[in-house]
Amino acid sequence: MQPLTPKRLAWICGSLAAVLLIVVIVSLKVGAVPISVIDLVSSLGRVAIGRSAQLPSEYSLIVFEIRLPRILLGILVGAALSVAGAGFQALLRNPLADPYVLGVSSGAALGAIISLIVASRASFAMPLAAFAGALATIAGVYFLGRRGGQLDSHILLLAGIITASFLSALIMFLMTTLSGGELRGIAFWLMGDLTSTKTPVGLGWLFTVLLLAIGAIYTTAADLNLLLSGEQEAMHLGVDVPRVKLVVYVSASLLTGLAVSVSGAIGYVGLLVPHVMRLLFGSDHRLLIPTTALGGAITIVVADTLARTIVSPTELPVGAMTAMAGAPVFIYLLRRRLQ
Amino acid sequence: MSDVTLNSNAASFAAVPAAPAEMRLSIEQASYAYSAGDRAAPLFTLEATSLHARRQELVAIVGPNASGKSTLLRLISGALRPLSGRVQLDGFEVSALDPRTRARRIAVVQQESPLLFPTRVAEYVLQGRHPYGQTLRFETPEDLTIAEQALAQVGAAHLRGRWMHQISGGEKQKVVLARALAQQPLLLLLDEPTLHLDIGAQVDLLQQLRRLAESHGYTIVVVTHELNLAAEFADQVALLHRGKCLRFGTPAEVYRRELLEQVFGAALEVEPGPAGRPRVTPLARREKFSL
Repeated sequence: MQPLTPKRLAWICGSLAAVLLIVVIVSLKVGAVPISVIDLVSSLGRVAIGRSAQLPSEYSLIVFEIRLPRILLGILVGAALSVAGAGFQALLRNPLADPYVLGVSSGAALGAIISLIVASRASFAMPLAAFAGALATIAGVYFLGRRGGQLDSHILLLAGIITASFLSALIMFLMTTLSGGELRGIAFWLMGDLTSTKTPVGLGWLFTVLLLAIGAIYTTAADLNLLLSGEQEAMHLGVDVPRVKLVVYVSASLLTGLAVSVSGAIGYVGLLVPHVMRLLFGSDHRLLIPTTALGGAITIVVADTLARTIVSPTELPVGAMTAMAGAPVFIYLLRRRLQ
Repeated sequence: MSDVTLNSNAASFAAVPAAPAEMRLSIEQASYAYSAGDRAAPLFTLEATSLHARRQELVAIVGPNASGKSTLLRLISGALRPLSGRVQLDGFEVSALDPRTRARRIAVVQQESPLLFPTRVAEYVLQGRHPYGQTLRFETPEDLTIAEQALAQVGAAHLRGRWMHQISGGEKQKVVLARALAQQPLLLLLDEPTLHLDIGAQVDLLQQLRRLAESHGYTIVVVTHELNLAAEFADQVALLHRGKCLRFGTPAEVYRRELLEQVFGAALEVEPGPAGRPRVTPLARREKFSL
């Protein structure tokens, strides 16, 4: 028998972190203004040890003021959405669950827009409202997705998709109350967009919340493995089921709210990334949660780099990139399940 | 004054004579009722039931469909809390134990355990070590040894590298049992473990349970439809009918022709077998076919 050891976990996560670093450096380099890799790495190194960058000031501006914040946001959003997806998949025992498909992202977006209209000055209001919207939506979809007291995976998906379209209609309605300039910004943001590096609260705060929420989900990783075979089974094997459900639902909603409040609704990452990680490393959540976080970060940074380079000098919203890749995968997985 | 007498009355009433000390599992007048809502009339009621089991004993719960067998098993497993009465394991109320402690003392083999993602047999058996681990529960060498032994005990060591969804029904039943053994429980509960097995595998499984009870001191409770297997292998049988435990005793005490015919609504013949283990044969109504 070859079980998961801390050593194997460290190796795999270390390798993925290295891949992420390489992706970040490449993403810093490419773009409308090319910058040499050597200059980049030495500058990054100098900044990391607390000295000023070696790059000429205009490059420095591009790298550290424009590209780097955007990459950091991408890491944040990718990790948050992917781990939220993995959490929902385990709790709902549905490999097709994802914050976007379940309507949770739309709920978070609606919360965020309401907070923009009602209290546009309070910087903490938007992420909190997004979190509240996410939590309320997953609670609603959970109850809609039940049949005879049991969670039905297909009804659940339908309930999520219908809820998402209903919430989108509400969002449209609210948007008509906004002025033209704001409208374009919000429309772009809704598609999933990382261009607005002006976050409602500091990046430090966002990353702290991200790590806390992922950490909370990670403490239940071994329990999630057992929950995959049903709540009864898990309970007989010693899992405190109500506690695990509470921790994971709240944390996954928090992650979704966090991601949506900075980048709008980026779809299918939470579906695609856990699935690929499961194919690569198996379905043990003790490995799946951290690899999914890193994989999500890698995916969004790559997708965003493509989004801002393939139609350069204009840009695509990154949500359009992930939907183009994710929707066909969703259909494929659904068809395979039905067969 | 009247309050005092009432209280003392209640106290003496509550002091049901304690079960003998060597009893491992003791169920005293436990009842349960399912209902659609808090105020709705109950849809199903399990009336006050009492039964006891010692170390090394194998108890079978038999009865027709919807007679309350599974409800009784869920009460014993602690998944349900009795509305009245007590369900105790070594003197502890099982539904009051926290899930981890309970999983170290009681292992449950359910009818179906669907898997969402492919799992290897070895990983599956290791799940039985979950209640013994720390937060992240990286398996210790001891966990691995215990899981290996559990697989070996059910004669399935050769399956360890296989996928759960690629082994046969009989093999799967063994692996599920191995996972329960890896929990190192005092009490082993099985809900219709023979359901999808052929007769050879059925006998195999019950023989195995018998041996395990004797060698490891488990107390085993099996819910089954197989009257003859129950008679052959169980020390005690509980016969349930419409939410009532009609009899609890040795197979010879419980298997009475009139009683079984009435409960199962079929013509039966009950013959006394060797060592007080009766045999039940259904009597087909032959008139139609006789020439």
